[in-house]
Amino acid sequence: MSASISIKNITKRYDSVTVLDDINLHIEDGEFVVFLGPSGCGKSTLLRMIAGLESITEGSIEIGDKRIDTLPPGQRGVAMVFQSYALYPHMTTRQNMAFGLENVKVAQDEIDRRVNDAAKILEIDHLLDRKPGRLSGGQRQRVAIGRAIVKEPKAFLFDEPLSNLDAALRGRTRLELAQLHQRLGSTMIFVTHDQVEAMTLADRIVIMHNQKIEQIGTPMEIYQHPVSRFVAEFVGSPPMSMLPINNIQQTANGVTVEVSRAGSIATAITLPPEFNAKDAVIGIRAEDTAVVSSEEDGLDLTIKVVERLGDRTLLYGTLIDGTDLIAEDSGRSKVKAGETVRVSISPHAAHIFDGDGLAHHSQMEV
Amino acid sequence: MAESYRRSRWTNGLFVVPYLSVFLTLLVFPLGWGIWLSLNKVDLFGGERFIGLKNYARVLSDPIFGQAVKNTLIFVGVSVPTLVILGLFLALALNKTTKGSSFLRGLFFASSILSVTIVTLIWRIVFIPNDGLMALIFNYFGWQPIGFLSTTGWSLFSVGVATVWWCIGLPMMLFLAALQQIPKDLYEAAALDNASRWRVLTRITLPSIKSTIMLVAIIQVVMQFQLFGQAQLMTNGGPAGSSRPIVMYIYEIGFLRWDIGMGAAASQILFLIILCAAMLQYWVSTRKEETDA
Repeated sequence: MSASISIKNITKRYDSVTVLDDINLHIEDGEFVVFLGPSGCGKSTLLRMIAGLESITEGSIEIGDKRIDTLPPGQRGVAMVFQSYALYPHMTTRQNMAFGLENVKVAQDEIDRRVNDAAKILEIDHLLDRKPGRLSGGQRQRVAIGRAIVKEPKAFLFDEPLSNLDAALRGRTRLELAQLHQRLGSTMIFVTHDQVEAMTLADRIVIMHNQKIEQIGTPMEIYQHPVSRFVAEFVGSPPMSMLPINNIQQTANGVTVEVSRAGSIATAITLPPEFNAKDAVIGIRAEDTAVVSSEEDGLDLTIKVVERLGDRTLLYGTLIDGTDLIAEDSGRSKVKAGETVRVSISPHAAHIFDGDGLAHHSQMEV
Repeated sequence: MAESYRRSRWTNGLFVVPYLSVFLTLLVFPLGWGIWLSLNKVDLFGGERFIGLKNYARVLSDPIFGQAVKNTLIFVGVSVPTLVILGLFLALALNKTTKGSSFLRGLFFASSILSVTIVTLIWRIVFIPNDGLMALIFNYFGWQPIGFLSTTGWSLFSVGVATVWWCIGLPMMLFLAALQQIPKDLYEAAALDNASRWRVLTRITLPSIKSTIMLVAIIQVVMQFQLFGQAQLMTNGGPAGSSRPIVMYIYEIGFLRWDIGMGAAASQILFLIILCAAMLQYWVSTRKEETDA
């Protein structure tokens, strides 16, 4: 029932403002793809264009082998779950779920079967005769998903569906969505600005920035090999620290970079000969650092804030030259704010970004 | 603690005194006085004499009052649904953000700000025999002209047309406000649900503005039962009382025949009729909601 989706050269303009610029993307049948990006990057617009709620200026969209961007929303074979759920307030749960099927004249016993099946999957069978006003946020969310399931669509579209839930419920619903995807095996597109949702749910993440797709990849590809400084800073919590590079020295194992007055960092990165060091930075994730004794090689970090998360401790500090760096220590760390500690950096885990933001990584897997 | 709490409750009460005094002086007192007058034989130049329910008996046995009630019921029964349906239709048609629709909204609302004198003047020009707009149109097509203001049946119809033209602005604006409250994503969900235009109207739009439809209907019932100016100025209740509404009857009894007591009694009956009509509507709408739930 589900199908692949091909987005070809999609552009969206409002008068002179370009919202999406020449987007190309192929989503496999049964794949769970997450559009991730900051507010205003066009991710919701792209989803709404697939749904048919937004017109496209140029390009085409295909579901399966059929071009659908000229069809009205209801005939595209997609179902959408809205951020606000968009349940019909004066209809019961059952009527909400059945409405779309009644519109295309599905037989009543088939409607009943599908609604009951979906209600069972989502554990909302006891809510079928209630109206949305008498449901909690989480329950409404399930009804909205149920309304999508009964349509047996070729693809599910989710527009930030978890953002109205509280943190605990969000975590649980996230897990349930992952299970639902496994169970149904349908093509799903999920829009979010929450990287945890993206990392945990996606088969592939599409990072969007400045009207374009910045990177497409599995969650680990995105995390470990960000193609640009934007992706590196956007994905991961706490964000990757960026230290300005003063000088680069080629060594046998890779380059060693000098970080202003703060010291030098040995990396396993091989840079191309034409690499331009102007405005280049080295990016370091907190978990790739370690607090070491003062005899070992590393950078001296003066700690400003200590964030104890239980299993690990995050150390927010500044280097001698005033650059900010976030380091990580074990959960039992004794480091206090105001202290200066020596921090070593794993040579394979650093990333170098040139002046245009283009990333260079160590070839070796971390 | 309890003492101070009680004392503070008294002082809190002072905050409503300004409103309460206006309410009592301008609403409760005249209402009570009206009821008292209806139980008396009152002459504007003489004294009062308590006569019990005799005024009511006189009003109810007056065939002219019966005719006025019938006229008013017909008028309300036709004009209110027309105002609701036409208002809703205009609101649906103009619920857009284009410049043209904003202009038309203003245009349709413009009639509401005119005084009844001007409205009736305009419609007299339309309906007046020989030189009126309708007469010109009828002549142009070679049809037999109709005396809209002087023919039984047509006179009340003409008053109704003028009234709808005058009053359409408010229902339209209330419906527009209600339509704009409907979340856009409901329509988007309906589009994805393959709903036809008719299904969207009947299953999403109308249920969403149900309470406004009821509000408009009740406001219009209350307003149209009080029809007076248009009938007075366009037809003077004629011909043969066929367009005389209840309020005009009250006016004639009270201020032309100076029988204030009987006029007051007729007023109380009108008050009861309006109250019953409004309550009935309210009851029907809430009962339907209960069965829905």
